[in-house]
Amino acid sequence: MSVSTCPSERHTALDTTDRAIVVATQAGLPLVPDPWGAVGRTLGLTGEEVRSRLVRMQEAGIVRRVAAVPNHYRLGYLANGMTVWDVDDAHINRLGREVAMLPGVSHCYRRPRHLPAWPYNLFAMLHGHTREEVECQAEELRALLGESCRDHRILYSSRILKKTGLRLDGRPGAGRQPEPRR
Amino acid sequence: MATLDSLDRRLIDAYQRGLPVCERPFAAMAARLGSSEAEVLKRLTRLERLEVLSRVGPVFDHARAGASLLAAVAAPEAQRDAVAEVINRAPGVNHNYLREHDFNLWFVMTAPDEAVLDARLDALEAELGREILRLPMLEGFHIDLGFPIPWDELEAP
Repeated sequence: MSVSTCPSERHTALDTTDRAIVVATQAGLPLVPDPWGAVGRTLGLTGEEVRSRLVRMQEAGIVRRVAAVPNHYRLGYLANGMTVWDVDDAHINRLGREVAMLPGVSHCYRRPRHLPAWPYNLFAMLHGHTREEVECQAEELRALLGESCRDHRILYSSRILKKTGLRLDGRPGAGRQPEPRR
Repeated sequence: MATLDSLDRRLIDAYQRGLPVCERPFAAMAARLGSSEAEVLKRLTRLERLEVLSRVGPVFDHARAGASLLAAVAAPEAQRDAVAEVINRAPGVNHNYLREHDFNLWFVMTAPDEAVLDARLDALEAELGREILRLPMLEGFHIDLGFPIPWDELEAP
């Protein structure tokens, strides 16, 4: 498991070519025998340059993986609960690592509190087939946190209002932009 | 759910955590699965079209590739859709989920760098006339194990 540090402390420079590759591939690779060459042709690069830059970005941790990314909703994980926890700051880093290893947890982050409106400093995204399953996972998490946890909530998503694979700014209309869906 | 045969399932199970970034990745996958490059490409194209796969490609750590932040807004029920529209139109917003809480609109704002990110949030806050809860990641605990996919259950009527 890797533990990341604050984004501002780990700035990794991407040059304009890297950024163009991110923009051109973040919604998916062209499904052709030589995807790197196909991306390269749109950017004025060789396929080998595209491929080697992606490998370098992967080594630097900017690319987590190149993968067939499943749509968990379509695969039966119908309930997704963002659980938020008010955890003792003294133990949060150790507990965060333990929480991230529980089955059903896809993301686990420490974020700042904003008192009094928002007392929660640990976020864990839980995925299950049903809300009951998510609630069981949350119970396990509650037990793991023990007395270090003062309060928690499960925030279910009731609707996806916008979801795109596009994250970096690119040319308008660049890449594919899937329709919002449930 | 569409019928997925054994090759479809093996493709997803074997490559949801990573595929080889080699010269001919789909040929390498085909060799391992005892199939052909053309067949693997045909399957992946179909799985994308069915939205079983959201994409085949790189998963970027956007905190490293630029600046991003989880944000939330509390919008009263009556104004919720109008507020969501404004958020969705704002530059850099790529996810927006309705969640069951007073803070009911949860979105991710991105930008090329921290300064632009702050400027975008300030501008959106002004346009909305309501406070945006800013929740940057301070620490991330990742294991990326992927999910066991319950193929048998998915076939149950």
